[in-house]
Amino acid sequence: MIGFISYLVNGISLGSVYAIIALGYTMVYGIAKMLNFAHGDVIMIGAFVVFSTVSGAGYPPVVGVLISVVACTLLGMAIERIAYKPLRKASKLAVLITAIGVSYFLQNVALLIYGANTKSFTSVVTIEPISLMDGSLVISGETIVTVIACIIIMIGLMTFMKYSKSGRAMLAVSEDSGAAQLMGVNVNFTIALTFAIGSALAAIAGVLLCSSYPSLTPYTGSMPGIKAFVAAVFGGIGSIPGAFIGGILLGVIEILGKAYISSQLADAIVFAVLIIVLLVKPTGLLGRQIQEKV
Amino acid sequence: MKTKTRSLSKTTRSNLITYGMVVAAYIIVEIFLRAGMVSSLLEGLLVPLCMYVILAVSLNLTVGISGELSLGHAGFMCVGAFASAFFSRCMETAIPAAGIRFTLAILIGTVCAALFGILIGIPVLRLKGDYLAIVTLAFGEIIKNVVNVVYLGRDSRGFHVSTKDSISLGLEQGGDVIIKGPQGITGTPKDSTFLIGVILILVTLFIVLNLINSRTGRAVMAIRDNRIAAESVGINVTKYKLLAFSVSAALAGTAGVLYAHNLSTLQAQPKNFGYNMSITILVFVVLGGIGNIRGSVIAAVVLTLLPELLRSLNDYRMLIYAVILIATMIFTSSPGGQAIQERIKLFFKHRKTKEA
Amino acid sequence: MVLLEVKNLGISFGGLRAVDDFNLTIEQGELYGLIGPNGAGKTTIFNLLTGVYKPTDGYIMLDGENITGKKTIEINRHGIARTFQNIRLFSELSVLDNVKVGLHNHHPYSTLTGILRLPKYYKVEKEMNERAMELLKVFGLDQEADYKASNLPYGQQRKLEIARALATDPKLLLLDEPAAGMNPHETQELMKTIRFVRDEFHMTILLIEHDMKLVSGICERLTVLNFGQILAEGETAAVLNDPKVIAAYLGE
Repeated sequence: MIGFISYLVNGISLGSVYAIIALGYTMVYGIAKMLNFAHGDVIMIGAFVVFSTVSGAGYPPVVGVLISVVACTLLGMAIERIAYKPLRKASKLAVLITAIGVSYFLQNVALLIYGANTKSFTSVVTIEPISLMDGSLVISGETIVTVIACIIIMIGLMTFMKYSKSGRAMLAVSEDSGAAQLMGVNVNFTIALTFAIGSALAAIAGVLLCSSYPSLTPYTGSMPGIKAFVAAVFGGIGSIPGAFIGGILLGVIEILGKAYISSQLADAIVFAVLIIVLLVKPTGLLGRQIQEKV
Repeated sequence: MKTKTRSLSKTTRSNLITYGMVVAAYIIVEIFLRAGMVSSLLEGLLVPLCMYVILAVSLNLTVGISGELSLGHAGFMCVGAFASAFFSRCMETAIPAAGIRFTLAILIGTVCAALFGILIGIPVLRLKGDYLAIVTLAFGEIIKNVVNVVYLGRDSRGFHVSTKDSISLGLEQGGDVIIKGPQGITGTPKDSTFLIGVILILVTLFIVLNLINSRTGRAVMAIRDNRIAAESVGINVTKYKLLAFSVSAALAGTAGVLYAHNLSTLQAQPKNFGYNMSITILVFVVLGGIGNIRGSVIAAVVLTLLPELLRSLNDYRMLIYAVILIATMIFTSSPGGQAIQERIKLFFKHRKTKEA
Repeated sequence: MVLLEVKNLGISFGGLRAVDDFNLTIEQGELYGLIGPNGAGKTTIFNLLTGVYKPTDGYIMLDGENITGKKTIEINRHGIARTFQNIRLFSELSVLDNVKVGLHNHHPYSTLTGILRLPKYYKVEKEMNERAMELLKVFGLDQEADYKASNLPYGQQRKLEIARALATDPKLLLLDEPAAGMNPHETQELMKTIRFVRDEFHMTILLIEHDMKLVSGICERLTVLNFGQILAEGETAAVLNDPKVIAAYLGE
């Protein structure tokens, strides 16, 4: 029983990381309608920035994280401006291939700077672990910080989308960018802002991910990036609560699968659950049904 | 009636050019090989090159002709590779004639991949666009992961399967573990050659090009262009989507056979059967031109050789590859890039008329 | 002889009753018009007749066979073909191939025959080409056979859609606003073509149209639809002079 609870806690912790990435992914997808394959690599860049500033240059963790968030925000905006903006009217495949190109680019920049060897990432979390049930259940500081960060981010994003002018502009652009433009929404700015927020979240996710799972390579971000997209699809892409629920569920399924079924098959289980959900509900758990008009 | 006969011969001529190109490339390479002018590095690349061409052409059938975005192509390749390698390992002593054994291996790999294509296609082809993309990616990853936990051995009592380790197979003395989980299959006969690769390319082209220019191909493309209109004229959408998808999967399986019999050790890893492989092939298809089969052949060759040609640049080569990829997409697909293309075309047109 | 008989047809989307208690009887060889203000449910009726939507009530009989609730492709095989209000061509295929897709079920050969280029392939393809060219000639599209469908001008695209529908050899042809977007001259020509199709192919035609000149010019009988219900039906001239119909069109 204790074992199960501790796996569950780990699952929620990992799920929170997925959820943070998925939140960024789902926002970008909602607005740009693109599979942003480079999103996972922004996570990796975020983690490397912290690695360089904290472990390398010896800055305090908080400063390192702040620098990382700023760097990734700028990076996200730059990627959008240089690679995606010219292709806004192009076919989906063209944009997808460009995103893949950006992904290769980021991975190879990291490879050039840091090499292919696995770097051991020092956790930025300094909170002491909590012992529950006479020490039989220990919740690490990383878990606490990750889960809290995830909840704050989700509530923050929902509030932002609902009450701020920019947030509502995002909703409008994701609904119909042409109409939004006619209504006076600055579409270019809104899209750039979405990429900025998504990338900032990716940076945070990168730091939290590597604090819990401290090995860092140029390819660290790809799989979590894919899984976060799976989480976003799982919950219903474009939906913020959907991304949150999808992320948490995915993390829990992965950890429980690893613990009780097979560690090698954990990913397969995650993907199998996605397939089942999509076959039963083709637009995800909280997604909207769209029917083609004849 | 006249216009028709002309257009028919136009596609036939275009197809002949494609076949001719492949044969010519083969002859040229063969001459260079005989003359000893091919570096061993490049020589080792010849069979993989054939494999990439087959993969690109077959994926174009799904993505270009059928219009469905699939990111699980490497999964079907994995099925073909493992099924055929397993067969070859088992039959190495039973069928000593490499020619017959390899022909059978190719058939088995292809058929197994086709079966997986049907099995996966039935549920997933109801989904569209990015949902289909992510589900095919998921299936590809599942196939790769499952292969990694399979242990399969043989002794005098027959075959034994386990998902734990080779010891739990409980083989008799002298039993042979054929599939060793993450260690995969070792000792597959190296039957793949450049010539066989080229022949398989030609067969793939023959199947795909003839399929496109037939009643079936028209139905598939009609569904791609407008599903509702296709249904309204009595086209069975599910049947033709599934048909294109499974033929595409089958040919990916063929490529897998070629791959498996080019290595002595076959393992399912992210880099050969993961989604990254599927994406690499998708890049070939898109850069070669959606629905353009000859383009897929050229793109697969050029883009496989490109990183090798950039080898002197060492660590920078993949970076340059990435930049070329992004630049090409922006150049071919952005309004700005298209305007420049128009200007270049116009420039050459002017020169031509001047010369004339 | 009655070709199409529709009784008490109805469909609801959620709480909305889009079509209610719709009845229609069309005789073999008739040119029948379905008119009504925008949103009256005309296209919904086409979608019900062709199996795009399944009716919640009522039944549809075609040539003595019950086709209610059947799938679109089955209904096409039973003999209903249609065109679409917003043109739906196979835009990347050639004009000729668009028609050949329509011929798909009447000129079969297996996929393997196609791949292996067996003699049957050449024979059937030749038949298809000849038949398709005949159809294109009827619509004056034979010179454009090699064009990509999306490169045709609008009026010709509408004609190509009719040719493609005819290629499936239907008993009943449904035309959804065939004259939409055409100038008066093109409309005149289209009227001639529709009449020609009816006479030459012995076709029964049901059409939705807003162009009253076309409706009064070629339709023998009409049904007027308003808010999903029948407002009037009968001989064209009588229906068009019905005060209820005039009121519905002029908005009281």
